[in-house]
Amino acid sequence: MPEPFRVILFVIFAMAFAGLNAAYLVWCERKGAAHVQRRIGPKEVGPYGLLQPIADGIKLMTKQLFLPKGADPILFMVAPLMVMVPAIMSFCVIPFSETFVAAEINLGLLMIFAFASVNVLGLLLGAWGSANKYAVIAAARTVSQNVAYEIPMLITVITMVMVTNTMNLNEIVRSQAGWFFHWHIFRLDISLLMPVSFLIFFVCSLAETNRAPFDMAEAESELIAGVYTEYPGMGFGVFFMGEYANIVIGAALAVILFLGGWQSPIPFSPEGFLGVFWGLFWFLIKLYALIFIVIWIRWTYPRTQFYQLLNLSWKVLIPISLFNLILTALQIKIFPWL
Amino acid sequence: MLLARIKEALDSLYDDIQETQEAPEAAEIETVAAEAAVEEPAAAAAEQEESKPEEAEEPATPPGPKETDYQAKGYHLDVELDPDKVVTAVEILNRENFFIESITGVDWIDDQQLEAVYDFNHFDELCRVVIRTRTDRNNPAIPTISHIYQGANWHERETHDFFGIKFTGHPNLEPLLLPEDADFHPLLKDFKA
Amino acid sequence: MNGLLQQDLNQETFILNLGPQHPATHGVLRVKLEMDGEYIVKAEPVLGYIHRMHEKMGENRTWVKFLPNCGRMDYLSALSYNHGYVAAVERAAGIEVPERAEYLRVITVELNRISSHLLWFGAFVLDLGGFTPLLYAFDDREQILDLLESVTGSRLTYCYFRFGGVYNDIDDSFITGTRELIKRLRKRMPMYDALVTKNIILIKRLKDIGPISKDMARRYGATGPVARGSGINFDVRKDEPYSVYPEFDFDVPVYEEGDSMARYMVRMDEIEQSMRIIEQALDKLPEGEIKPKKAVKLVKPEKGDYYYAVEAARGSFGVRLVSDGTNTAYRLKLRSPTYSNLSLFDEASRGMLLPDALALMGSLDLVIPEIDR
Repeated sequence: MPEPFRVILFVIFAMAFAGLNAAYLVWCERKGAAHVQRRIGPKEVGPYGLLQPIADGIKLMTKQLFLPKGADPILFMVAPLMVMVPAIMSFCVIPFSETFVAAEINLGLLMIFAFASVNVLGLLLGAWGSANKYAVIAAARTVSQNVAYEIPMLITVITMVMVTNTMNLNEIVRSQAGWFFHWHIFRLDISLLMPVSFLIFFVCSLAETNRAPFDMAEAESELIAGVYTEYPGMGFGVFFMGEYANIVIGAALAVILFLGGWQSPIPFSPEGFLGVFWGLFWFLIKLYALIFIVIWIRWTYPRTQFYQLLNLSWKVLIPISLFNLILTALQIKIFPWL
Repeated sequence: MLLARIKEALDSLYDDIQETQEAPEAAEIETVAAEAAVEEPAAAAAEQEESKPEEAEEPATPPGPKETDYQAKGYHLDVELDPDKVVTAVEILNRENFFIESITGVDWIDDQQLEAVYDFNHFDELCRVVIRTRTDRNNPAIPTISHIYQGANWHERETHDFFGIKFTGHPNLEPLLLPEDADFHPLLKDFKA
Repeated sequence: MNGLLQQDLNQETFILNLGPQHPATHGVLRVKLEMDGEYIVKAEPVLGYIHRMHEKMGENRTWVKFLPNCGRMDYLSALSYNHGYVAAVERAAGIEVPERAEYLRVITVELNRISSHLLWFGAFVLDLGGFTPLLYAFDDREQILDLLESVTGSRLTYCYFRFGGVYNDIDDSFITGTRELIKRLRKRMPMYDALVTKNIILIKRLKDIGPISKDMARRYGATGPVARGSGINFDVRKDEPYSVYPEFDFDVPVYEEGDSMARYMVRMDEIEQSMRIIEQALDKLPEGEIKPKKAVKLVKPEKGDYYYAVEAARGSFGVRLVSDGTNTAYRLKLRSPTYSNLSLFDEASRGMLLPDALALMGSLDLVIPEIDR
């Protein structure tokens, strides 16, 4: 397939994936929450309520878009896009399977983190643009939270880059080939603190994507809807899709860095076209298992207090991740043959 | 114990009014005796006796604190005071660590008077003290106690809402339960919606 | 002019309107917050959004006709309000209540108290961002509502008590149902304990947050769990025994810390104590009439004023009534506990962060219709 067509195809795929994924993650979330809370959840629209997200989407799209009084029209409209577009861009470098990747670039990891930072800017501008005090408070929290959590997250990522010697996501996955104990999370021979790294990364990605128990940006019992307070209809819908796309990216990175990406737990892969789906299958299984944990956490724990959240980052996660970095470096230097 | 102590302390507020002290004291001893007997009919009788002297006292200046039949009335000490003595009385209660239950008003339209009723109670030892004071219905004003009991702030605002009693010295006597621009006092007996 | 400009530039606080429609205010309370960043400089609750002037209604309706109003103030522990009003009028009019009726009153009031505390528990954790306990608590509460519905005929705004008794007798299915409910709750409480009370996030959010000192509680007249969480051993059921409460053996949970956690613990412990009272009441339940042999048709209390206090789920609920000897109240004052409990919010929340202040507000257990009356 000629390169331009392939890229266009993948961009369409990424956009469709972001949209559908958001819609059905909401469904999963609602069903999951319902089961945690001993309810049934959506069940009226379609079998098992499967058409509920479509109905919700239509509802959001048909709602009137209006500007709150005193809002900045440009910022207000652009902000949801600034959350959504980087998320879609990031999908382009994520290897869903060995060959199922839009652009296998050498700096994939760097690109994702570069775009992930834009996300915060989107939230901040959206909050500022909507001229709402609750939104601004939420944005201030989000920014400091993201700054605080990006540090341990990036330190952990640096550790992983040191281990794999590459920032190419597909290469990182390839280096974990073989049995499941070759996945980085189990490679205690590389670094004794590998499971801790995974935990730090996972907690940070929860915080980065503003998920409970770190959902300071939304904090509905304190700040009404936080940053999204003033957003009507699809403005909110786009934010929402962006948020869920970010959750997927966070979970996908965790899968790629620690859980072997598209590698199956046993050293077996069918040849050719089937192999693409084999990889896709395992990638999605791991991805959604991780997302399920994210949902599970949300419906189990109360929200943390903001300063405790920052304390956790500055006083616990950053020192541990730094220590982890040094330890891993030493281990690599002392046992280079591993 | 507490009751007797408080009664004595509050009694000192009446030092300047000597003449009317004798009669109610006598009635009171009777009431206490009836209470000791515990019998219900006796209590009811005591209660009737209670209400009579009250009526008789009304036009005169307030007498000293009266112990009441708790079983019949639900409070122990009934203190009727001039508005300007309320603050002193409340300070005495504050010293004895009473807590404030509520403040409210009663519109005695026939006497053209408004009564403010302060309910106090004690956490450690059951002792309900009621302080009442009457003020002119056309120009009702009573000094605030919100600097002693901060909780009185809202109770006084509420009483001002409903009765129009001005609590002089209150930091923020604006409508609390009524709308901000309310200029009516719904619990006055001549209030028509 | 210059000075004025300077002042404006230096103004670093802003006003945040919390409510009247805000998820954390559980109803239509509005709090005008003066904020310095996320710190609260001053909090001014603005009340009256659902003020209905029950006290004026009391002056316009006969004693009997006011009965249904009682259930419409604190809709979560309506029976305590029923009890307070009915008992106040009984005291004033000298109406005797058969013992069985008193027992039924205690049983239903305590059931109502458990249901109220359960709902508070769910809503409080919801304030802290935990959704799931609410649904669990509602599940338990539902069982209580079913029981109460079977005997009172309503689920929320009860009007079960009558002057001199209660409206309906209980049957065996209610007794067995209540015993099963208690058994069920005894199994559920350890689960709540493990799932919520021992949760590290919850503990960190409640410990040392929103301290209310003994003296502050006294100056504002805070009662109920708020006072008991501040080390004040005051429970109207014990300190001013009414109805048949002296016949039961129960404890008054008191915590010295005065923080939100203490208030939380008091309420959780009170559920257990209420269950103990209900069990004992069911054991001792005497046979007999549930209302006077001759129905009380015309209530005309003696002239004078009367006070009666009961322990509602949120504190001491007092009724002060002034009778002029007719079949209508001359003045009916309803002393609602949360009114006093909320009034300390301004002082207690100074210098707190917004989410902490909301934890404090949640721990006060506000029911707005009761505050606004």
